[in-house]
Amino acid sequence: MATLITSISGWGRYPVQSCELERPERYADLRPGADSVIVRGQGRSYGDAALNQNGRVLLTERINRLLEFDMVNGILRAEAGTTLAEILDVIVPMGWFLPVTPGTKFVSLGGCVAADVHGKNHHHDGSFGEHVLGLELILADDSRVRCSPSEKPDLFWATVGGMGLTGIIGEVTVRLVRLQSALMKVHQHAAVNFDQLFRILQDPDLDDRYAVAWIDSLATGKDLGRGIAMCGHHAASEEVPDNSHLDLKPARGHSVPFDLPAWILNSRSISAFNSRYYKKEGGKRYPFLSNYDTYFYPLDAIAHWNRLYGKRGFVQYQCVIPEATSFAGIHRLLEELSGSRQPSFLAVLKRLGPQGRGLLSFPMSGYTLALDIPIRNKGIFVLLNKLDEIVLQHGGRVYLAKDARLSAESFRAMYPRFKEWLAIKNAVDPQNRFSSSLSRRLEIGMI
Amino acid sequence: MKRFPFADGFALKRKFVEKPASEAVLILGATSAIARATAAAFAARGDVLYLASRDEDELRRIAADLRLRYGVEVHYGVFDAEATDTHELFFKAVIAAMPKLTGVVLAFGYLGDQKAATDFNYGKKIIDSNYTGAASILSHCANYFEPLLRGFIIGISSVAGDRGRQSNYVYGAAKGALSLYLQGLRNRLYPSGVRVITVKPGFVDTAMTYGLPGLFLVASPQYIGECIVRSLDKSADVIYLPWFWRYIMLIIKHIPEPIFKRMKL
Repeated sequence: MATLITSISGWGRYPVQSCELERPERYADLRPGADSVIVRGQGRSYGDAALNQNGRVLLTERINRLLEFDMVNGILRAEAGTTLAEILDVIVPMGWFLPVTPGTKFVSLGGCVAADVHGKNHHHDGSFGEHVLGLELILADDSRVRCSPSEKPDLFWATVGGMGLTGIIGEVTVRLVRLQSALMKVHQHAAVNFDQLFRILQDPDLDDRYAVAWIDSLATGKDLGRGIAMCGHHAASEEVPDNSHLDLKPARGHSVPFDLPAWILNSRSISAFNSRYYKKEGGKRYPFLSNYDTYFYPLDAIAHWNRLYGKRGFVQYQCVIPEATSFAGIHRLLEELSGSRQPSFLAVLKRLGPQGRGLLSFPMSGYTLALDIPIRNKGIFVLLNKLDEIVLQHGGRVYLAKDARLSAESFRAMYPRFKEWLAIKNAVDPQNRFSSSLSRRLEIGMI
Repeated sequence: MKRFPFADGFALKRKFVEKPASEAVLILGATSAIARATAAAFAARGDVLYLASRDEDELRRIAADLRLRYGVEVHYGVFDAEATDTHELFFKAVIAAMPKLTGVVLAFGYLGDQKAATDFNYGKKIIDSNYTGAASILSHCANYFEPLLRGFIIGISSVAGDRGRQSNYVYGAAKGALSLYLQGLRNRLYPSGVRVITVKPGFVDTAMTYGLPGLFLVASPQYIGECIVRSLDKSADVIYLPWFWRYIMLIIKHIPEPIFKRMKL
């Protein structure tokens, strides 16, 4: 197959590495080949999970066929390169929705399994892998195997959250959820500081199927951690006016056509934006109806929004702190951040439910904080190492799909089920053929 | 690889005008990226499809995908362009499955590589799939449409067929022959009201061109597919895709041979 040698990066545009890209168009051409390879879907992981420096990267963007849809039970089987956006286009008009969706719909189905992604409903519904009924995997010896929670469960739970390191995910069967309307009923609650924000997220009376909090990451002092909790659920048919239940008008999209100069996003401009956003969104006291696109995928409306951060890119840091220590832990993270000279321009806080069965899955019972920090100088990596320490002290972990710089030691401390996972990986891929820049950085597969 | 800036989003945003399912289209070589995009553009209008290619597993996948995304009727069957003796039977099977066939898109082709220039046995495959196979199946299609006084035949040729160049003249010659064949067919079928459209794409982002050096202004298959379907609503007989290739080829065709033979193209 023809290869294209070029420099690519993840969504955070750091690091940039030279890889040999292959882009099969036939399902039968999804094959591991003879040396190191990693699969890349839409390239929406932030760091180096879908990079393979000087090695092969298999693109699945053209292996994106919907194969089977059971409209009665809501069971969909599709090829791994299919994006959630393509799936939503088909299922929403039929009254179905994804059981779990991350903050962008431009991700591949295979990527959702490999990173075992979570959404704003993790505290109720678990992560993506919980809703996957089966996979077709292409292993290192080129054999095709089916696995599911009942068939080859070890392999299945090593692949869910396994960052593509157990084999090529070829097909995914997933169970969808019923919709009565395409609209969301959203209730927003403004909080003047972190204490109040945290209490809103904890309050069972204010909780909803989906819940997420935006934090004004540049607010300091008494305003530290002020933000807005956004709770919502799929509107029931009696909650929407007349018969426009599944009526959808796609929002007009915008695009960032080129890299903006790095100085455009600075503490002042973002601070001004955050204040306005806080006032505007915080003023919405009553529940309102919203398009599902605007609720789940606000950033998808701006194509290439990662260019806003300039050519040097940014790092997204997402960690989870277990329930018992989450308030103290996240408070410390925010303090450390506001005390540093590295402003984070976006901070999102979510509640997570119990840990799933995926051996390398990120979620665990507690609260997760996600930060977007532009890369301006080396200082950022010093700061992030400090954040790692705080996370470790509180028994938490960092999300691999967002990561570009975690150390191998920290990784092992954060993921206690790694050894169990490695035994399965070594059994199906003894030569460590499925490897990526991330797996080498974390010294996965090396003995 | 530089991309033609309008080739992606531009056409995709256009909504097809809803009209009753009118066409029933046979797509030959349906597993290529251009054919898949063309099939999707037909399906988006609600047309019925018959997909044909050598690879049955791929056909099943593409057919299932088009049915789910667009809710249209999609048939498929195995077809080998080089096995010309099977074409008559194959075409009968298509008519049996889809008695109201209204059009054909010929989308198969084989680019091959430089080896074709020096190794005829290899080059023959290029000629057989791009020209001989095409001439064979198109004769059955033309004989079917001619007495019905309706129908269309869209042949996907290539800008490479407009002038022979040292870098790929075996492919160019086969595609050039196909262009001439379509031209003659158009002349023959004009009195019967059967439209024959020759499509000449430039560089398209497909498996055929992936990773090739020196490509410029590369169009997406989706853009090409939608333009092909839209060509039915227009009157042009020969279309270049994207449109500016008409002018690039106009210049290339008009370079005098004494100069052209010295050039490295």
